[in-house]
Amino acid sequence: MHAPAHTASGSRELVFRAAGLTKVYRMGDVEVHALRGVDLELYAGEFVVLLGASGSGKSTLLNILGGLDAPTDGRVECRGHPLTGAGDDELTRFRREHVGFVFQFYNLIPSLTARENVALVTEIAPQPMAPEAALALVDLTGRMNHFRAQLSGGEQQRVAIARAIAKRPDVLLCDEPTGALDSATGVLVLEALERINLETGALTVVITHNAVIARMADRVIHLSDGRIAGEERNPVRAAPAELHW
Amino acid sequence: MSVLQRKLLRELRQLRGQVLAIGLVMVGGIGMLVMALSNYDGLADTRTRYYAEHRFAEVFARVKRAPLPLTEAVRAIAGVREVAPRVSGFVNLELGGYHEPITGQIVSLPAPGEPELNRLFLRAGALPDADDEVVVGEAFAEVHELRPGDVLTAILNGRRQRLRVSGIGLSPEFVYQIRPGDVFPDFARFSVLWMRREPVATAFDMDGAFNDLVLTLTREARTADVIDALDVLLAPYGATGAHGRDLQMSHRFLDTELKQLRVMTVLFTAVYLTVVAFLLNVVVGRLISTQREQIAVLKAFGYSRWEVGLHYGQLVLLMVSSGVLPGLALGAWLGRGMARMYMDFYRFPFLDWSLRPEVVLLAFGFALAAAVLGTVGALRRAFAMPPAQAMRPEAPPVFHHTLTERFGLGALLDPTARMVLRNIERRPLRSALSVLGIGLGIGILVMSGFQHGAIEEMIDVQFSFAQRDDFAVTFAEPTSSRAAQELAALPGVRRVEPFRSAAVRLRHGHRSYRTALQGLPEDGDLKRVLDTRLQPAALPAAGLLLTDYLAELLAARPGDLLEVEFLEGHRRTLAVPLAGTVHEYLGVSAYARRDYVNRLLGEGAALSGAWLALESGARPGVVAALRERPRVAAVTDRAAMVQSFRDTMAESILTFTLISALMAASIAIGVVYNASRITLAERGRELASLRVLGYTRHEVRALLIGELFTLTFLALLPGFLLGTAMCWLLVQGFVSDLYRVPLVLPPASFALAGLVVLAATAVSGLLVRRRLDRLDLVAVLKIRE
Ligand SMILES: Nc1ncnc2c1ncn2[C@@H]1O[C@H](COP(=O)(O)OP(=O)(O)OP(=O)(O)O)[C@@H](O)[C@H]1O
Ligand SMILES: [Mg+2]
Repeated sequence: MHAPAHTASGSRELVFRAAGLTKVYRMGDVEVHALRGVDLELYAGEFVVLLGASGSGKSTLLNILGGLDAPTDGRVECRGHPLTGAGDDELTRFRREHVGFVFQFYNLIPSLTARENVALVTEIAPQPMAPEAALALVDLTGRMNHFRAQLSGGEQQRVAIARAIAKRPDVLLCDEPTGALDSATGVLVLEALERINLETGALTVVITHNAVIARMADRVIHLSDGRIAGEERNPVRAAPAELHW
Repeated sequence: MSVLQRKLLRELRQLRGQVLAIGLVMVGGIGMLVMALSNYDGLADTRTRYYAEHRFAEVFARVKRAPLPLTEAVRAIAGVREVAPRVSGFVNLELGGYHEPITGQIVSLPAPGEPELNRLFLRAGALPDADDEVVVGEAFAEVHELRPGDVLTAILNGRRQRLRVSGIGLSPEFVYQIRPGDVFPDFARFSVLWMRREPVATAFDMDGAFNDLVLTLTREARTADVIDALDVLLAPYGATGAHGRDLQMSHRFLDTELKQLRVMTVLFTAVYLTVVAFLLNVVVGRLISTQREQIAVLKAFGYSRWEVGLHYGQLVLLMVSSGVLPGLALGAWLGRGMARMYMDFYRFPFLDWSLRPEVVLLAFGFALAAAVLGTVGALRRAFAMPPAQAMRPEAPPVFHHTLTERFGLGALLDPTARMVLRNIERRPLRSALSVLGIGLGIGILVMSGFQHGAIEEMIDVQFSFAQRDDFAVTFAEPTSSRAAQELAALPGVRRVEPFRSAAVRLRHGHRSYRTALQGLPEDGDLKRVLDTRLQPAALPAAGLLLTDYLAELLAARPGDLLEVEFLEGHRRTLAVPLAGTVHEYLGVSAYARRDYVNRLLGEGAALSGAWLALESGARPGVVAALRERPRVAAVTDRAAMVQSFRDTMAESILTFTLISALMAASIAIGVVYNASRITLAERGRELASLRVLGYTRHEVRALLIGELFTLTFLALLPGFLLGTAMCWLLVQGFVSDLYRVPLVLPPASFALAGLVVLAATAVSGLLVRRRLDRLDLVAVLKIRE
């Protein structure tokens, strides 16, 4: 059993504050409302799980928080700095210095090896760990010099996670980081995420369809049809090793 | 090395086929540019130095006969620096063992103390030491393998005289050695000879006199003023009007040639640059769209727009610059070779050829410009692409039933053909760009073969259709019509058509042009004038016909009155109506009926020469007989002249055609191969999926290769149209009073262009087929594209 990090809620440092976030995709005459007014506060050191049906807007929300996308309406700020309306240079610096991403589709660069995919990020980060160390965290030391095409889906996903944590980000945003993994490997990956979360106090947001994973979170947020449908708090975070699916 | 740089190198290696193809395109473009420019520069520099070092005169005048002391008066004209009075004239020559008629133009050398204008360059031997010694022109000496010490015979004023070759020489005055009135040089049958003044003066009855004057001017002098003053001074002596370098035969040809080279350089460069830029646009645009996702990832992890833009900019620059150095080397080598080949026509003593730093810079500039023009759009997209959007696959294309299917012809297509057509139709813009790219490749191929066909057409029209004589005989002086009867009496002469030709200056409004007015027999068959449809036209009973281009130059329309100033005889000036225009590719002239010209000149039925048609087998006899006639100044053998032009020209035209065809082919191949590689990159996953679903290798190949060939076939017609348009541009650029190139495109040049591109498609198909066969099905499917 782990004690939740930074539990003294009064002193918790606010990382993200989102208010009235909406996102509308227009495709011809069809409008898709991916987000319909989301209010949200996320704090440093928190481990947050986002649950929701497919198409409920999870990835959209994560992209907006990570400064990859802009909402159609509403505001987001990070540590008091508004992300909405920020220029490209500012957002780039924000992503470069503070955010670690794990994408739903891994998105490894095919012409780079596993190690180089990680190095791609550590090279431009202010206080990174060594790429080798990040890969060791996801148990991929033996696959360091493999290219994307030579890795299994799960291995690719683990490289993507190593790539996200290697810069020791303040904010770790993971879109289904265990989607392709069996439960043993999934646990390994979750342990790596938790380690970063605990050691560096990084706000960690994990999207998953797997409700079991919600047990290791401080907070679980349910998203449904572009709205926050509910939120619950785990009094105690489960350790990844306790999870099975 | 940063990871990004490593990515760059690895991707370059992966794309090496495409890099090679783009390199090929660049080699073609830069090779052409450097070749044309360095050839032009070489010739222009050579001319400048030659003219300066050998003191090429600036003003030229001819008189019938003027006393030598008049030179002093000429020297006194304001602006004249030096004056060289000369005696020159035409003679018939004989060479032992060579039975063709040869015309020689004898020019006297300056006496000691006289200014040495148009100074000779001696390739071998020495200047004449004795009265029977001559320096002969290098081109003529080469053809006949003459060396100092050899002997030739000149018929000087009816007397046969043995001349000993003392040297082989070149003069800035005769860089283009051509018999006056001819259009092509004939080195075997025409030569300039330089002799000491006394023997020439004696031969032409010019003791104490001159008939030819060349001048140089002071720096401040205005050429036109000097010419006017000179005309006034020389008028009593039978002057035909002084002129500057612009009307000097050799200079004029050379100058036109250089101007056309320039035009060609600019045009070819513009066309090639456009083509290359467009191709890069297609290739790089598609390359970048296959990298959408990677761009998004880089941006998501905090690489800035600039870093990403720079990364892809470097990729493009490396791809493009791979062709610069080989292109430079190839172009320089070819440019030098071309310049040397030009020296077969334009006889310079040396070639000042060097690859100027500007040209090298320009080549890099060209590559950069092509890269920028061609890729700025794609790079801007990479630059601006929002990361979140790039992370998702491109909006799926919308499939329709193909046009063919909608027209109800679907049943005629097998499923493969239907898929191919749908694939092409589903991305209409991309397909259109591919078609346009391949079409441009076809276009420059068509353009590269154009010159050859056009020149053949010019020769055909001018020397087989308009002009059909066997010999053109020119008399030393206008002669009575008895001379024509004498010619007709020669055994073997089938037909004689006498003509009267006079130098005139035509004026209309403020425009004027100096040319020959040719009086032709009324119902002539050996020399015909052609209308716009290239059909023989009738000569009007009164009034002139002008070459259409000359009418344009003078802004004259049929019915207008032209002022005709004769530059010989009584030097009359008359107002003569323009009766119509005729179509000609070579030169510009004025034509009228002979009796009409005689009337204008106020003379009887005088002749300048005649066209002869011979019976077969009569040629040697007629040549020998003509040689005996003192009044015959020159004999031009039309067929031999064309043949000699072909012999000399064939090599260089063929070489040029071959070179530009190769460059064009390299571009075309580059395009097609790139198109196929990108198609494979875009469609690899889909094709692999089909394999997994049970399609055979053969069927999948058919899909890809079918698509390639369909695109190429679609490109044929636009390509031919583009090629025609490019040739049209060339034709416009080539227009000059020396010649107008006709826009004729023989079907063969289209066929060849089409075949080259189809062959390129087949080879590209084979190359990508190998990749297709090796496609790792599992690997392709494992990865989300
Ligand atoms: N670029 C886009 N253009 C149009 N519609 C989009 C776009 N991106 C997302 N959508 C739509 O917005 C909605 C929310 O998408 P989102 O990717 O956020 O869902 P999700 O919750 O992540 O689903 P999943 O669990 O399947 O990944 C979906 O209906 C989706 O189709
Ligand atoms: Mg999602």
